[in-house]
Amino acid sequence: MTPPDIGLMLFTAAFGLVGIGALGIVMANHLVRIVLSIVLLETGANLLLMLSGYRAGAVAPIIVDGVVPASMVDPVPQALVLTAIVIGVAVQAFMMTLVLRLYTVYGTLDIRELRTHLERDLAKAAGVPLPGSADAPLDVPATVMRKGGS
Amino acid sequence: MRNYLSLLFLAGLAFLLFVIAGQFEFGMAPMLVGSAINQASPEQVGAANIVTSVVLGYRAIDTLGELAILFAAATAGGLVLGHAGTSARHDPDAGFILRAAADVLFPLLLMVGLFIIVHGHLTPGGGFQGGVILAAAFFLPLLARPGTRFPHGSFAIVEGIAGAAFIVTGLLALLTGGEFLQPLLGQGEMGGLLSAGTLPLLYIAVGLKVGTELAGLMAHIAEYEALDP
Repeated sequence: MTPPDIGLMLFTAAFGLVGIGALGIVMANHLVRIVLSIVLLETGANLLLMLSGYRAGAVAPIIVDGVVPASMVDPVPQALVLTAIVIGVAVQAFMMTLVLRLYTVYGTLDIRELRTHLERDLAKAAGVPLPGSADAPLDVPATVMRKGGS
Repeated sequence: MRNYLSLLFLAGLAFLLFVIAGQFEFGMAPMLVGSAINQASPEQVGAANIVTSVVLGYRAIDTLGELAILFAAATAGGLVLGHAGTSARHDPDAGFILRAAADVLFPLLLMVGLFIIVHGHLTPGGGFQGGVILAAAFFLPLLARPGTRFPHGSFAIVEGIAGAAFIVTGLLALLTGGEFLQPLLGQGEMGGLLSAGTLPLLYIAVGLKVGTELAGLMAHIAEYEALDP
């Protein structure tokens, strides 16, 4: 049995994480699941960045006891990922504060319910009627309908 | 319908990414700047950890920008959630195991965090990683005893001083005729604790800033949850 191609495996993992994250953002209806999907997508992107800097047989870019290794991996993606992880955590914490706030105001985290709530509140705040589709039936009271149709 | 379209889009995206990734061989990074930095960094910056010389030397302005993002996220979090009043409801204290573990772990986490920050230019680690450990150290007592008041004011002062120190270090380099955030103070002996010029000082500022900001943000969330009946 041949050993598995480690590069292919790692790239598949990175693309898989990005894919699962992207799919979760589009398909999930729960806000916390969307936040978690963004976390997964970030992880995949970070893994992809790390992989892009790998050199075969190279060691970490750290000089031990003044001996410069013959081959070191690219330090630039590592520096990028190092900051990206911490910034990611901070932004995730901020996303969770927004989710918390939404939950205390509307009591739900389902984006379909939240959309109706938000549209109603935005329309009320702006003083305009609720936006409706041009193809939707006119909002006529049921009694009027019955009289006219007789 | 929307789900099928998303799946179709995802398949296309994955195919595109695999085709791009297949263009170059794994383990043969096509970037040239990394090799150049690996070659030049020991003489130019003098930090044993070359990642540190990239983060705080070659792209220090980017790091400053990332600190700004961190600051914006922490400030916006505090703005959205607001301050808890003095008479705010809070959860009861945690069990004995968590309280005892928090007392034991607080000094340990503080020490490990500071060690990682101070040795950022020598070993894997640095201000960002150590700062997160510091944040965990300050957040842990709040988990064990939700009733304790989190000192938001003093944390904000430390955070402001750390951020100002980072910028002032950069401006000092500008005043002495160098570029903004260029390392000063000579390189010292490679591998020593006092080496690589101002990079350890910058990393201490970064670590304090990251630690206080993340701890403050998490404390805001924890206090808000306690407010929720």
